[in-house]
Amino acid sequence: MFADLSLNNGTLAPHYYFNLKAFPVTKKPSSSKKPEVTNLGYDARQAPINIKLGQDEKIALYRDMVRIRRFEERCLRSYQQGKIGGFLHLYIGQESIAVGCTSVMGKDDHIITAYRDHGHALAVGMGMNEMMAENYGKVTGCSKGKGGSMHYFDPSRNFWGGHGIVGGQIPLGTGLAYALKYKGLKGACMAFMGDGSVNQGAVHESYNLAALWSLPVIFIIENNGYSMGTSQERSSAGPSLAQRAEGYGMNWAIIEDGHDVLAVRDQVGQALKLAHDKSLPSVLEIRTYRYRGHSVADPDTTYRDKAEIEAYKSTKDPLSVFQLSLLAEQTLTTELIQKIDESARAEAETSAQFAEASPYPSLEDIKKDVYWEIDNPADRKSVGALFFD
Amino acid sequence: MPVITYREALRAAMSEEIERDPNVVLMGEEVAQFNGAYKISEGMLAKYGPKRIVDTPISEAGFIGMGVGAAMLGLRPVMELMFFSFYSVAFDQIFNNAANIRYMSGGLINCPIVIRGPANGGTNVGATHSHTPESIAAYHPGIKVVVPSNAYDAKGLMKSAIRDNDPVMFLENTILYGEACEVPDGEYLVPLGKASVMRAGTDISIIGHGRSIQLALKAADLLKEKHNINAEVVDLRSIRPLDVDTILNSVKKTSRCLYVEESKPFCSVGAMVACLISDQAFDYLDAPVKRLTSIDAPAIYSPPLEKLQLPSVERIYQAALDTLK
Repeated sequence: MFADLSLNNGTLAPHYYFNLKAFPVTKKPSSSKKPEVTNLGYDARQAPINIKLGQDEKIALYRDMVRIRRFEERCLRSYQQGKIGGFLHLYIGQESIAVGCTSVMGKDDHIITAYRDHGHALAVGMGMNEMMAENYGKVTGCSKGKGGSMHYFDPSRNFWGGHGIVGGQIPLGTGLAYALKYKGLKGACMAFMGDGSVNQGAVHESYNLAALWSLPVIFIIENNGYSMGTSQERSSAGPSLAQRAEGYGMNWAIIEDGHDVLAVRDQVGQALKLAHDKSLPSVLEIRTYRYRGHSVADPDTTYRDKAEIEAYKSTKDPLSVFQLSLLAEQTLTTELIQKIDESARAEAETSAQFAEASPYPSLEDIKKDVYWEIDNPADRKSVGALFFD
Repeated sequence: MPVITYREALRAAMSEEIERDPNVVLMGEEVAQFNGAYKISEGMLAKYGPKRIVDTPISEAGFIGMGVGAAMLGLRPVMELMFFSFYSVAFDQIFNNAANIRYMSGGLINCPIVIRGPANGGTNVGATHSHTPESIAAYHPGIKVVVPSNAYDAKGLMKSAIRDNDPVMFLENTILYGEACEVPDGEYLVPLGKASVMRAGTDISIIGHGRSIQLALKAADLLKEKHNINAEVVDLRSIRPLDVDTILNSVKKTSRCLYVEESKPFCSVGAMVACLISDQAFDYLDAPVKRLTSIDAPAIYSPPLEKLQLPSVERIYQAALDTLK
């Protein structure tokens, strides 16, 4: 359906994606409500990109979501024990997006995201040990204890962070796409942001550059309904967040079933194809929900009630929905579910032990990784002092 | 040796690096079709084509951030700010992203970007277009800051900056763009962090950076002519890295120091240099380190008053005499 769009001329696409009546601005987040118009006849399982999935691949998708959740639950315990400093932004409830999106990446596809980055990091293959150690501020962490929970990176896996300033990563993602196109690589960048990012000027400037220069970037808005403690209707004007792409003549879509990892794969896969084949950018708004506060230290009762969280959990939990679907088709068994769960818990527990046992960076480490030249003294070309007392 | 302008020297440096390295790209407002707002990139679009010379919209946060992202993936973007003052619009991209990305990734990511443009007053364009942000930029670990005072340095420093694997803020000067000096043909590099003793002397060290050095040289002539004072003039060329040794050696020789710069006085480069001298050469001083800066107010528009607000030959001359009292 995506490919049927008349490109860059503002033409609206079929109603499943774009019928705004389906996504009214409500006082409750629309993600916890059934759309008035449903995606009649659409079954993500039947999408070409999903039909070809083997049993093992489906199990891997499920396992990755479980691993993210168990890892973050373990992070939460450590945070509550005072082992982790600063903020802890949990992704619980949104796992289907990172897993779905990264599962369609090719070797020249790249991602960048904001500070709620644990899910994306695990989904691209980073290890729990290095992630947990980073949270603990240990030298064995993925950033040697210099970034913390919000700032994970793994360029070897095409993962460029992990960024702390709302929307600040979006120009960088646009630049990654620019570099891909410049080098003639058939790749794209998925630049993730939350619904709170869409009102930052840097995001709009990036939209303009991407559309102006036909950059292979997919702007992915993970719309969990709240920018910190402020609901979408109290922060963002207009009928939808993705529709703002129209102003730039960009393709856009709303994925209402953001809890469905297969629906995410289907839609993102189509946007990725558009980027690969025609070097065209897209804005995707993926409806989702987070179960925990913005950061777990933040009070979570001023802007929503528990019933709302429970309503989403009971009907749209990404893990439960996919689990039921895989059980029904006998890809999963209760034994395997239990095994995956136990294995993920054990992996998370091991990571906490690893982090606990790891050393902190040394005082000398504070001044490392600031300048490339200081870290590569044999190749230093400049002279003079780069650090001062 | 050929005599070329500061503008031509910058163009030569960027052209040579574009020819040398396929990852070098020049981007900015009006750099391509318009031939550059200050004609630094004149003729480069015709010569190198639109892939290497790229016009951007007026969108500093967007395109500077985009350059940072492209640098992360291995390009070497040279980003022109039409006025360096517009860095304020891209502050988050420069000082949160470019400056910190290597650190926060534990050294996994480099950011070989050059952000360049004129950073000076004196052209009656008012406070918004007359920022001199060298101390603000140099405040940030992870960033390098270069301020060439003449055409020779402009070329050699620009080539070094483009090849540098860390982000470099390259502060130029619209008043210097037309100033010429001898510049050799072809390849040479001026390393970042190496100060230049522009004039040797024994009685006072006049240290500074940027256009103030040109004024200081004239003031030194006056001091010699009128009072037989031999002033040494030291051009830092690079603020971070900083050539501390050359500063200290000069002051140890002359025992007096005047720091001259166009910045405002609070937390200026001169303040940092005075602190270093106080820490490391205090016993050599015969007088307190004196600083001459712009008068501490936003850049005034009124043309005759702006002249008075900035350092001038006369003000430098007078400040040097005060230091020698």
